[in-house]
Amino acid sequence: ISSSSNGPKAEPMLLDHDPDDLFAEATEEVSLDSPERQMILSDGPSPAITPVTINPRADVFDLSFVSHENRDTFDIQISVSDPEKVGDGMNAYMAYKVTTKTSLSIFSRDEVCVKRRFSDFLGLHSKLASKYMHIGYIVPPAPEKSIVGQRLGRRSSAVTELDPDAKACLCCRYLLRTVKQPALLKDPDVLQFLESSELPRAVSTQALSGAGILRMVNKAADAVNKMTIKMNESDAWFEEKQQQFENLDVQLRKLHASVESLVFHRKELSVNTASFAKSAAMLGNSEDHTALSRALSQLAEVEEKIDQLHQDQACADFYLISELLGDYVRLITAVKGVFDQRMKTWAKCQDAQVMLQRKREAEAKLQHANKPDKLQQAKDEIREWEGKVQQGERDFEQISKNIRREVGRFEKDRVKDFRVVIIKYLESLVHTQQQLIKYWEAFLPEAKAIA
Amino acid sequence: MTSISEDSDKEKVRSVSVDLNNDASLVIDIPDALCERDKVKFTVHTKTTLSSFQKPEFSVPRQHEEFIWLHDTIVETEEYAGLIIPPAPPKPDFEGPREKMHKLGEGESSMTKEEYAKMKQELEAEYLAVFKKTVQVHEVFLQRFSSHPIFRKDRNFQIFLEYDQDLSVRRKNAKEMFGGFFKNMVKSADEVLISGVKEVDEFFEQEKTFLLDYSSKIKDATAKAEKMTRSHKNVADDYNHISGALNSTAADNNTAFKKTISVCVLQKLEDRVASDQELKLTELLRYYTRDIQAAKDLLYRRARALADNENSNKALDKARLKGKDIAQAEENQKQCLQKFDKLSESGKKELTSFKARRVVAFRKNLIEMTELEIKHAKVRRLKSNNTLYGSKLSIFLLCQKSLGY
Repeated sequence: ISSSSNGPKAEPMLLDHDPDDLFAEATEEVSLDSPERQMILSDGPSPAITPVTINPRADVFDLSFVSHENRDTFDIQISVSDPEKVGDGMNAYMAYKVTTKTSLSIFSRDEVCVKRRFSDFLGLHSKLASKYMHIGYIVPPAPEKSIVGQRLGRRSSAVTELDPDAKACLCCRYLLRTVKQPALLKDPDVLQFLESSELPRAVSTQALSGAGILRMVNKAADAVNKMTIKMNESDAWFEEKQQQFENLDVQLRKLHASVESLVFHRKELSVNTASFAKSAAMLGNSEDHTALSRALSQLAEVEEKIDQLHQDQACADFYLISELLGDYVRLITAVKGVFDQRMKTWAKCQDAQVMLQRKREAEAKLQHANKPDKLQQAKDEIREWEGKVQQGERDFEQISKNIRREVGRFEKDRVKDFRVVIIKYLESLVHTQQQLIKYWEAFLPEAKAIA
Repeated sequence: MTSISEDSDKEKVRSVSVDLNNDASLVIDIPDALCERDKVKFTVHTKTTLSSFQKPEFSVPRQHEEFIWLHDTIVETEEYAGLIIPPAPPKPDFEGPREKMHKLGEGESSMTKEEYAKMKQELEAEYLAVFKKTVQVHEVFLQRFSSHPIFRKDRNFQIFLEYDQDLSVRRKNAKEMFGGFFKNMVKSADEVLISGVKEVDEFFEQEKTFLLDYSSKIKDATAKAEKMTRSHKNVADDYNHISGALNSTAADNNTAFKKTISVCVLQKLEDRVASDQELKLTELLRYYTRDIQAAKDLLYRRARALADNENSNKALDKARLKGKDIAQAEENQKQCLQKFDKLSESGKKELTSFKARRVVAFRKNLIEMTELEIKHAKVRRLKSNNTLYGSKLSIFLLCQKSLGY
C-alpha cells in the first residue's frame, strides 16, 4: 500500500534545487536575466528516470523577471508557509510564515522571516488600494478567505472555506504580484509588511467592523455613480480595452468554472478508483485459481497507485490552473476598477469645470451689481477653481497615462503567467503518463503469468 | 437510425469469452444490426455444414425479446438441468446517451457552435459504443450455444436460427410475469436450500463455497468498476468544456493558449480511451457476474435434485414400513437417483470447464487492457512532451525577442 504524502512540505521550496520537486526546473526557466542560461531547452524532466512523487503544491512561485523600461533585473523570492494555529477558542487564528529572500537594496537584509496572519494581508491590500487605485495603478486584489465556486451544470454555488495550505498559496501569489509592481515594491507599507516583526493589527479588515461597513457603502455608491456618469470617451484605446476586459472577464469565469468541475470530477475519480482497488483485492482473495488470484491482487495494487496519481493530478489541476484562473478573474475586477477610477477622475474634472463656469458667471453678475468686496472674493474663488480644473486635467492625464502603462504590463504578465503555468501543467501530465506506463508495464507480466 | 456493418474490430470484441467460433460446422455471428428508437433488430447469420439445417447459410432478423425467449425455453428444459445455461443478454440500454443527448439539446444555447458540435460527436460515439456492446453480448450468447456439444443440437435453438418468420414472442402477459416472480421467490428459497443441504461430494462442497463468495465479490467489483468508468467519462467531458472555453479565449494571439487547447483535446481523447479500457474490464466483470449466477443456478438445481433424492428415499422407507405403494416409491426413488447422478456428473464437467474458461477470459482481457493502457500512455506522453518542448521553445523565442535579439 503506497503511502506517499501529498501534504505540504516542511520547508518552503526555494531556488536551491529541491530534488523532489519537478517544478523547480520549470520555475528557473522563466528567469530571463541571463540569456546564456539556456535552461529552457534543457532536457527537462520528461524522460524521468527518477520515480519521484509529484508535488505540485508550489508554495513558492519564483518569478524573476526583466523590467523592460530600464533593463534592470529584479530578484526577489517570497514564500508563505507553515500555517500554524495560534491561540485558542474564539481568538484563535492561523499564522503564516512569510520568508523574503532578495538582493535588492531597498530591503535591509538579504533574508527576512516574519509571521503574519490572514487579516494582515487584507490590511496591506486595503492600504495599497486607498493609496494607488485612484491614480490608476492596478493593485492586486486581496486574497479571499473562501471561494464561491460555481459548478458547471449545477445551479447552486457552493461557498467553501479554503484550507490553510490553499490560503498560503493564495497569499504568496498575492505578495508576489504586489512586489512585481515597481511602485508598490518601494511602498513603505509593503516593506514594513515583509520586514518588520511586529505589525499593527488591521482591525478595519473585519467584515462587520465600522470600516467594513463603510467599504460596503462606498462600493454601493460607486456602483450607482458608475451608472450615472456618462463619459465622453475621446480615446478609442480606452474604449477598446474596456471591451476587451469585459470579454476576457466572461471567458475566464467560464473557464474557471469548467476547471473547477474538472478538479471535482477528478477527485471523484480518485475515490472511485480507490474503492474499485479494494473490491478487486477482495475478488482476488476470493478467486481460487492461484495465478489469477495473484494477478487480481496485483491489479488492485496498480489501481491503488493510479488512484494516488489521480489525486496528485487533481492537485495539479487545482493549484496550477484553477487557482491561477481565480486570481485572474479577481485581477480583472481590479483592472475594471481602475478604469472606473479614471471615469471618476474625469467626472471630478468635469464638475470642477462646471463650478468654474458658475463662479465666472457669478463674478460677471457681481461686476454689474457693483459690490467690490464680494467681487474680490469671487475673483479668489475663480482662481481657486481654475487651479482645481488644471489639477483635475493633470490628474486625468496622469491616470490615463498610468493606466496605459499598467494595462500593458498586465497583459505581458498575463501571457507570462499563463505560459509558466501551462509548462508546469504539461510537465505534470508527462509525469503522470510516465508513472502510468511504469505501473502497467510492471503489471503486464503478472497478467501473462496467469496459466 | 444507426447501423453497423461488417465490423473490422470484431476481433477486439471477443474478450469476454474466448474464441467460440472454433468449430466450422456451426458458425454464428451478428454482422449487422439496426437501431430504431428503442428497438434493435439483429441480423443473425449462420453458416453450417450440419445436415439438421435446411440450408448451409442463412440469416434471420431477431429482436431482443426473441433472445430472451430462447434463453427461457432452454432454462425450462428439464434435460439441461445439469448444464450451465448461458446467461441471457441484458436489454439494450440507450438510456445513458439518450439522456445526455437530451441535456445537450437543452444546453445548446449556452455553448459555442464548435463546443456543441464536439459534444454531439462525443455523444454519438458513446451511442455507437453502447450499440456495439449490445450486439457483441447478443452474439456471444448465441455462440455459447453453438460451441456447446449439447446445446447446439437443441431444437429450439435451431428454430431460433432458422425460422425466418417472426417467432411471435409476445410480451410476457400478466400470468407469465407473475410466474417469473414466483420463480424468483423459489430461487431465493433455493439459496437457503443450497446452503442448508448436506453435501457429500467434496468437489461440490468446494464449488458451493467458492461460488457463493465469489458471486458477491464479483458483483461488488462490477459495480465499483462501473462507477470508476463513469467518473472517468465525467473528467473527459470536463476537458471537452475546457477546450471549448479555451477556444473562445484564445481569440487573442496567444499561442500558449492554443497549445493548451491541443493538450486538452489530447487529454480528452486520453480519457475517453482510458475509459474504453476500463469499459473492457467492466464488461468482463459484468459478464462473469452473470455467468457465475448461471453456475450457481446449476448448483441450485442439483441441490434440489439432492433434496428430492433424499425425500424419495424417505418416502420409500415410509412406503416399505407401511407396505403400500412400494413399487411406485421404488420407481420414484430410482428416477430421483438417476436424475441426481446425471446432474452431478454433467455438473462437475460443466463447472470444471467453466473455471478454465473464466481463467482464460480474464487472462486475455487483462493482457489486452494492460497493453492498450501502455500504448496509449506512451502516445500521450509523446504528445505532451512535444507540446511541452514547443511551449518552452516559444517562451525562449519570446524572451529573445523581448531582449532585442
